[in-house]
This record gives sequence, structure tokens and C-alpha cells, in this order.
Amino acid sequence: MELTLWTYEGPPHVGAMRIASSMKDIHYVLHAPQGDTYADLLFTMIERRGQRPPVTYTTFQARDLGGDTAELVKKNIKEAVERFKPKTLLVGESCTAELIQDQPGALAKGMGFDMPIVNLELPAYSKKENWGASETFYQLTRTLLKEKVSSSEKISPLRWKKLGRRPKVNILGPSLLGFRCRDDVIEIQRILSEQGIDTNVVAPLGASPDDIERLIDAEINICLYKEIAEASCEWLKRNFGMEYTNTIPIGIKNTIEFINEVHNKLDLPLTNKEELEHKSKLPWYSKSVDSNYLTGKRVFIFGDGTHAIAAAKIAKEELGFEVVGLGTYSREMARQVRATAKELNVEALITNNYLEVEDAMKKAAPELVLGTQMERHSAKRLGIPCSVISTPMHVQDVPARYSPQMGWEGANVIFDDWVHPLMMGLEEHLIDMFKHDFEFVDGHQSHLGHTATKTKDFINSDDKKNNNPKEGIIWTESGRAELTKVPFFVRGKVKTNTEKYAILRGILEISDETLYDAKAYFS
Amino acid sequence: MSKVEFNKETGPREVFCGLTSIVWLHRRMPDAFFLVVGSRTCAHLIQSAAGVMIFAEPRFGTAILEEKDLAGLADAHEELDRVVNDLIARRPEIKTLFLVGSCPSEVIKLDLATVAEKLNKRFLGQVRFVNYSGSGIETTFTQGEDGALKALIPLMESSNEEKLLLVGTLANNVEDRFKKIFRNLGISNIESFPPRQSTELPKIGKNTKVLLTQPYLSDTVRDLKHRGCEIISAPFPLGIEGSTKWFLAAAKAFKISELKVHEIISPLINRAKLALESHKEILKGKRLFLLPESQLEISLARFLHNECEMDLIEVGTPYLNKDLMKEEINLLPDNTKIVEGQHVEKQLDRVRESNPDLVVCGMGLANPLEAEGISTKWSIEMVFSPIHGIDQAADLAGLFSKPLRRNQILTSKTLVTH
Repeated sequence: MELTLWTYEGPPHVGAMRIASSMKDIHYVLHAPQGDTYADLLFTMIERRGQRPPVTYTTFQARDLGGDTAELVKKNIKEAVERFKPKTLLVGESCTAELIQDQPGALAKGMGFDMPIVNLELPAYSKKENWGASETFYQLTRTLLKEKVSSSEKISPLRWKKLGRRPKVNILGPSLLGFRCRDDVIEIQRILSEQGIDTNVVAPLGASPDDIERLIDAEINICLYKEIAEASCEWLKRNFGMEYTNTIPIGIKNTIEFINEVHNKLDLPLTNKEELEHKSKLPWYSKSVDSNYLTGKRVFIFGDGTHAIAAAKIAKEELGFEVVGLGTYSREMARQVRATAKELNVEALITNNYLEVEDAMKKAAPELVLGTQMERHSAKRLGIPCSVISTPMHVQDVPARYSPQMGWEGANVIFDDWVHPLMMGLEEHLIDMFKHDFEFVDGHQSHLGHTATKTKDFINSDDKKNNNPKEGIIWTESGRAELTKVPFFVRGKVKTNTEKYAILRGILEISDETLYDAKAYFS
Repeated sequence: MSKVEFNKETGPREVFCGLTSIVWLHRRMPDAFFLVVGSRTCAHLIQSAAGVMIFAEPRFGTAILEEKDLAGLADAHEELDRVVNDLIARRPEIKTLFLVGSCPSEVIKLDLATVAEKLNKRFLGQVRFVNYSGSGIETTFTQGEDGALKALIPLMESSNEEKLLLVGTLANNVEDRFKKIFRNLGISNIESFPPRQSTELPKIGKNTKVLLTQPYLSDTVRDLKHRGCEIISAPFPLGIEGSTKWFLAAAKAFKISELKVHEIISPLINRAKLALESHKEILKGKRLFLLPESQLEISLARFLHNECEMDLIEVGTPYLNKDLMKEEINLLPDNTKIVEGQHVEKQLDRVRESNPDLVVCGMGLANPLEAEGISTKWSIEMVFSPIHGIDQAADLAGLFSKPLRRNQILTSKTLVTH
């Protein structure tokens, strides 16, 4: 049993819903009690979808349990098929139905329908949302393509040459409730078509079962989000020999590497190599003198595996930040996140507990947080600027404007989204500098309503919580006064470092001089 | 009883389960913690329905069952013990801990009553443990509050003191208004259930006169009756009419003259009518379809028809207690179509066929209906907004007039663009 106050991922059947809702001509009969229908609002409210998810919930009740819940399942399947006439039917159960073992998938298969039926077994007590999405997409792909396995030759990435046409690829992984998937797809398709590569199928987002059956018309697969598509890409590789890409095109370097990888796999000459560096404004914006102040900014990163790893690379190599924390809630991606963390010399945080993330954030004393909606809230409480880079998300993370994360435009979006909160930080710094001027109105805040901790509260906050300050150390009047002069966004770090230094030296009273001694010691 | 048409429907439903009520219950009692014993779905449901990410550390959580908990119930009990210990160590300020049953805990027959009993002994004098079920196989949305209140009744001491007991969660400001009006009427001993602090439970007995503020408390009412309480029969205090009759019923129970009631509330009624005018202008003659969710539907239909002159196409309710709703049903216009239960697909067919001006529905259905050109009002807002009482009648009407007004603004062409 695990005490959970808030969870980054929903249960696995919500992952299955993400696949079903992303696609056309599919219906999902979910054996589940009425409360589980809440999941519809994730799509209709967060994504502002104008259609209901294509899901029929059996909504069995306690009184049904004594009777025949299997009959109820069959009745719902029959009605759903008649009403929605899907080309493929997904059948599964949520946590409670898993316990009563009606095996709705097997029931559906015995009902004599012509359409393909995918029996989804998603263990609700051990797995989570992203796994459920991945498994559903995999089972669907497998069901619709398994008959073609034996008859097909292995697909060579060079087949397009023989066929005398442009190379074709599939873009796999984008789904509803994924981070900026809608726009990433447009951006990646644009990049590929500039390189003379056609998109065969995008799936699951916008695809129908017919499109899934057409996957093997392409030469290779673009695995855009490993959380969702890696299992399917792997199956297609094993059974049809289709190769798939490994690089996630987020950031300039990764986008260039991605283009190289696609060209190498297809053996398609890359003719515009020099141009690529100039496709996005990020490199120049990052190089321009105004960005000097970004150097060494301490950044804390937490999110799903794909976005956290990409963010770490961009932060370090393209913006010149210092990564002081990196973590993920997706256990499936833990190994890769750990590897990246090791390269960056930080310890990876793998957890589903947001309070642990908040603690780590506090300890790392970053100047910028890149995280999910939850980290945005935590950062707000700590008075640290934040940009959202990953699901779980809020309605505001589905913007009306075109704002991908991937490719050239994605890099532009990232530069703006990450740097603007810091501009706000600079603004706060100016406010701090001028706060003794008579024009300064107490309580003045930046235009973004940023709630940085007030100096006084900050210094006193620890004393309030525990009456004995750290190891009996006291801040003298001059020490406190000096600390108030430190810009708010590094004040936490300065305070901790000074106390650390005091303990090290056995100093009991921190004066202004101690502060400068500590500064010299740590620099 | 007016000639109302009763229908029952079964089939797939699109409603929240009783766990959702934790969202307002935990705010009402800031010294209580609600621990759901359930699955990741339960945790995800509550946070999605509530949008709780704004809280630093909410006063509700889920002890998520894992595979090993399902293997042996003995271990599950031990595990729950461990989770509760951790929780109390972390949140020592908690005075009452509600162990809330869920669909999976009910199906595996996890005996939360026994667990609560044991914990009560161990934490005697520090934390009280109460258990109830908010599971979706037994409860719909607001019925969760019914379960929570029913669970508290055995903890309420007996007293034969005469008092007025307001039962059902109210917004604090509305509760204060009500108490002030009752005091002006001459009723001085007024208490609320649930109270603002979980430890300050009212004492009850044969001189307790219960006045319901919410229509979804069937089980609570039954148990209060068993404790000797007198239940005052009245419509619910939504709108001017409902609130007036509600005050009159209470006054009658305390032998206060009708004249006195009218004297006190007439000025309130007059200003409320004035405030209601602008909303009525928009709502008048508009056709309303209510989908089932909160059990407030019948009272809302009565208000929107009688006071705002809307036409009622269909009034859905997840569950109908005809006895408790008697006074409300009497106030409905003849031939009102009430549908208890739901077949969401068939009901949506009827929505489309009847071409309503406004549909009251859950959040899962609102945007899809809007996309079809049908204006909607989310029902969940009804349980989060202060809508009770005469002073709030215009605000209540405003919840329904706003979507229509917005629609009017967005479809009108008043600006000439070149």
C-alpha cells in the first residue's frame, strides 16, 4: 500500500483511453464502475475536446455483483457496437473490474463480430498510465498487423530506391494528453518533407485502424515518444524488420542528430547540412550578449523521461545552464534518466512522490525549475521561476497558438518559455536593488504576479519552524542585513552555504563578514 | 402531489462517484483528513475533479492498493496500519481521520470498520477514526457526503436541549447568514452538521429539529430519526420560493408565527426579486434539460421554472427519494418529466432531439455538447458555489444565465469590421 496525495500518472486504462481517443473509428468498452467516467473530463476539459472520448463504461453497481456482471458487459458491448460501428473494438477493464474477473475481452471475442477485437489486459495494481498507453498501442498494432507477419519480407530502409519514389516514414507516439504532441507532429512533418521524406502514417494521433494496417508501407518508423511508441516500434522491427529512430528531436543538437539519423537509416544524402544550424533562432539568441546572464544558471529538471532528458541536454549544451537536479516519474525511463544524470554529475531522482521532488528542489536551490504542472506549483511556493516541459499538464499547457517542443520552432518556443521566467527574475532583482528608493511601493511585484518570498519572512522562516537555528548558529544584525542585500533568487543558496561554512569553521554567530568569508570559500 | 411523470432508466451512466464529495467535505472540516483506501484511479479521480494541484499538501489522500495487498487481506490490514501511522506522524494536527472505502476495497471486502475500531483504541484521545464508503458501486457524487455524515452520527452525544440543526454542508458565509436570520426569528440555539471543526459535533436528541440544507442526505436523515430527531419537512433553500418555505417550515416547528417570518424576510425577498430580474429576462421561455449528477436537479428545476420562467424538458436525477423530495415535487409544474437513473447515450439522443437552450451536465459532456451548438452549465459548480438562501437567488440564476448571455455576445454582430 502506498500513500499517495497526488499522482503524476493515472491508472493504465487512462493510457488506453488516450490511444482510443487519439484515433478514429475505434471504440473502447471499459468494464468499470460509474466513478471511472471522470476520465472523460481529462479530454474534454484539459484538451478542450469537442468530442466525447469513444468509451462505453459498463458502470456496474454493487447490486449487479450478486447477479451476472458478464451479461452486463455483453449488453454494453452489443449496444456500443451497434451505435458507434467501430472498425476495431478495444475491450478492457479498470481496477475494480479486474478483481471480479469477468474477462470482458474473451466475452467480446465470443460474440461473433467481424471487426478485430483487442483484448486489453492492463494490470491496474502494478502499472500506470504511460505503460497502459504503450501496451494498448502495441496490442492494437499487433492485432491489426499480425496476419501480415509471415507473408511479408523484411522491410529494408532502402526499399524506396527500388520502388523509385521518395522515402516514406511513420511518425509514432503522439497522443492526446501528451505534451504539445499536436504541434510536434506538424513540425516534424515539415522538417521531413523539407528533406524529401514523406510521412506515411501518424499514429495514434489522428489515425484509423486502416492507417495502422498501412504502417508497413513505410520504410522506417520515427519513434517520437518512447513512453508510448517504443514497444510498438520494437515489435515492428522484430516482425517486419522496420528500423526506428532513437533520437528525440528536441533542441537544436538533437534535431540535427535526428535528421542525420533518419538520413543514415534511409541512406539518403544530406544536402543542406550547413543550413540546419540556422533554421532556429535559438543558437543566435543564446550567443547574443544579452544572454550572458544565463551562464551557469542553476536549473532543476523533473518530468517524463523523454522531456526531462532532452531538457537536460538543451539546458547544459545550448543555453549554458548548470543542471543541479534531474529526475523522472516514469520508472520505464529510469535507466536512461540515470545515465544522463550521471553524465551531468547529479543524482537522478526517480519518484512518483511530488513532495520528494519539492524537497529535492528546495535542497538544490535552483534559479529555474523545468517540470510538470506540479513542479510549477512547488516552484511557485518556493518563489522560483518555472517553465512547464512535460505532462501532467493543465489546460494552459494546451495553448491556442502553434507551440511545439520539437524541431526548429520547438527550439524557439523553448528559448522563450525558459528564458522569460528568468527575465522576470532579473526584474525582481532590479526591484530588490531599488527597494530603498522613495519611489518604491512596498509589495511591488513583477507583471507576472510572481510571489517571491519576502526577505524578512525568508530569514525568519526557519526560526519559526524550529526554535533552535541550525546547530545553535545565530544570525547577527549585520549578517541579516547583508543577507537582505543578496538578490532573492540566490538568497536561499547563500544562506545555506553560509551556515554550512559556519558549521565547518565552528562559528556560532554569522555576521556580514562571515557571509563574505563563506562567499570566498565557496567560489 | 402535482402530476409529475416519473421514469426510471438503466444503462451506462456518466456521473462521479461518492469520493468526489471529499473535495468540499475536507474544506468544511479543516481538522479532518480523508484517507481513501483504493486504487490509483481513486487518487486520479479526486485530483482531476478537484484540480487540487494548487494545494501544498492536501488533507486527503489515497492508500493505493498494490498487488501484494490483494493477495492476503491480513497483510492489507497491516499495510493500512502502517500507512495510517505514517500519516499521523506527518500530520499531527489531524483530529479526525475518515477511512473512505472505494470500489476495489468494497469488492475485496476490506473491513474498514474493524480497522477503524482498532485504530480508535490505539489513538484514543489523539485522533478519531470514522469509516464510510464513497465507492462508485454504491454511491453517486453527493451521496459521499451522506455516507460521511451518517458515519459521524454515532459519535454525537445525546441531549434533550431544544435546537435547530442545519444538516448538509453549506458555504460558511451562507451558514452565517442563515444563522443570523434564524436568530432574528427568535431561534437562538442553532447548530450545523457537519460542523466547522470535526471535533465539535452537535449533541442530538428528541428536541433536535433537523432542517435539511441539501437534498441528498437520505441515510443521514434515517439515522437522525433513529436518534429521536424531528425532521422538518420542507423544500430546499434554493431560490426565493424554496428558501421562504424552508424558513416558514422551521418557524412552524418552533411555533413562530408566519407573520414574524414575513416581517423578517420580506426586505430580503424584495431585493432578491430585483436582483433576479436581469437574469430572468435571459432565462425566461428558454428550454432546460438537466442531466443527473448532484441530486440537486429537482430543486434547481423548481427554481428555474417557478422563479426564472424556464421550460423544463427533462429533469434527470441519479437517485430519487420521493419521501425526502415530496415538498419539492409538489412545487413542480404538472407533467414535469423526471428521469431517475441514466442511460447516457439514450439521454443524449433525447437532448439532441429536444433541442434545448441549456443543458446542465457533468464536465465530461459539457464541451462536446457546446461543440454541437448546445449551451451548457457544469453541474459540479452547484456544489462548490454559495447558492443557498434568498440572498443568493440571483447568483444561482446567474450560473445559468451566464452561458446563455455569453452565447448571445459571441453570436451577435454589433461591431462593424472593415
